[in-house]
Amino acid sequence: MTFFLQLVVTGFALGMIYALIALGFVIILKCSEAFNIAQGHFVLIGGYLGYTFLVTFGLPIWGTLLMAILTAIIMGLLIERLILRPLVGQPVLAVIMVTIALATVLGGLATLIWGAEYKAYHGLLPTINLQIGSISVPSESLIGLIVSIVTVAILMLFLRYTKIGLAMRATAEDLQVVQSVGIKATTVYAVSWVIASIVGVIGGILLGGVSGANMELAEIGLKAFAVVLLGGVNSIGGAIVAGIILGMLENVAAGYLDPLLPGGGLAKVFPFIVMIIVLIFRPYGLFGLVRIERI
Amino acid sequence: MLQVNNIEVVYMNVIQVLRGVSLDVSDGKIIALLGANGAGKTTTLKAVSGMLRTEEGEVTDGSIDFDGERIDRYGPEDIAAMGISQAMEGRRVLEHLSVEENLLVGAYCRKDRAEVKRDIERVFNWFPKIKQLRRQMSGYLSGGEQQMLVIGRALMARPRLMLLDEPSLGLAPLLVEEIYEIIARINSEQRMAILLVEQNVRAALGIADYGYVMENGRVVLDGPAEKLKDNEDVREFYLGLSAVGSKKSYREVKHYRRRKRWLA
Repeated sequence: MTFFLQLVVTGFALGMIYALIALGFVIILKCSEAFNIAQGHFVLIGGYLGYTFLVTFGLPIWGTLLMAILTAIIMGLLIERLILRPLVGQPVLAVIMVTIALATVLGGLATLIWGAEYKAYHGLLPTINLQIGSISVPSESLIGLIVSIVTVAILMLFLRYTKIGLAMRATAEDLQVVQSVGIKATTVYAVSWVIASIVGVIGGILLGGVSGANMELAEIGLKAFAVVLLGGVNSIGGAIVAGIILGMLENVAAGYLDPLLPGGGLAKVFPFIVMIIVLIFRPYGLFGLVRIERI
Repeated sequence: MLQVNNIEVVYMNVIQVLRGVSLDVSDGKIIALLGANGAGKTTTLKAVSGMLRTEEGEVTDGSIDFDGERIDRYGPEDIAAMGISQAMEGRRVLEHLSVEENLLVGAYCRKDRAEVKRDIERVFNWFPKIKQLRRQMSGYLSGGEQQMLVIGRALMARPRLMLLDEPSLGLAPLLVEEIYEIIARINSEQRMAILLVEQNVRAALGIADYGYVMENGRVVLDGPAEKLKDNEDVREFYLGLSAVGSKKSYREVKHYRRRKRWLA
């Protein structure tokens, strides 16, 4: 039982990080109806940025997060200005294609700057040991949990109560209406790309703290994609719940199923199997936006 | 206040929709823009509001002036900020936002928060029906309520000129009457000019000061609303009041031409 609870707790923390990264997907999807294929590569960049600021510059964790957020803001603004602005009003498919290109460019940049090497830095994160009964929560998980919960909360408050948050939700509904009341669509897009890159980069640092920064971090994008599909593509709450579910499933599967199968690896597939089963019964995901039909 | 001078509009560089449209809106007046489907009424509104650009349309000739400033090169956001707000055709509410949030979106360009709050109450005053629904998701409102919300949202920007595109679309006659009464009231209370595109000529000419009739991308007839109402063509083909009462025949070529003008 202790073993199980231990897996659930670390899975919860991992799931929260997935949820955070998945929010980047949801934000872009809500504003421009396009899947951002490069979301996983934001995570990759984040992992390496964590290494640069923590190890190379020797900053503390809060300084690292701050610097990474600054870098993410610049990155998001550049991406919107250079790549996406010319595509306003163009078909969604064009936007998706351009994010594929963006993913490749970011992956290439990471290789150029950090040499695609494995960089570990989990020793540099502060150690906080939390003991709940017989379960001990590892400090990477705890930091991951705290940072991602705080970020998600800030993000939700931002969308709910600020003016630009309202503008973003409105843009998700109808671009033309939004333009007709004087909201600049480009500002909304810029903010959404900045948010997507911030959550990606933060997620990257947190995951990098657990497993080290390496090129495989980009695959987290695929996992975040599964989270988004499971939660319902338009739902922020759905992404959070689905992220936690997938994180727990993955961890529990890693604990119980991997030893059964020689070679392991079942843990990585298991969440996707669950996703497929859920989607068979709820094609819009767990909390997909209900299409409003008036009677 | 608003002058549209002989504009031509081309979509996607090939489809010419407007072929020289001129009209004039002066302070505090209601101007009706009438005509058959595809005559170019909505395109004219979009040219004024700058909305053409997102639809690959372009004003290729002529000019649009608002308070002496030329605006036909500006984007929709800038034009909205100058005090022109548009209530688009087809009840475009932001479905998953509440009624109140919809109104707040309309006031996006304004900085005075306290005044915005007062204006929300004022809109609820004009449209008491949507007041109880303020926390409801706007996608679930009835058609009439949505239309009221869309007009209310356009009002929230405190525009000096409001562009209204077919507020009567798909609404029951009594509701149309109610909405038109409110529009007339808003116009007289706020001294706000309104450019009104409408198929429901009876309703439109009922509140308008001046009217333009469009056909195939041109203005073919214009005059004070009272005069238009008495115009033989308008009466016969639009209001359905046959002045002649005699048997119609296509042999009367003149009549055929007149008829074609309206039903083309």
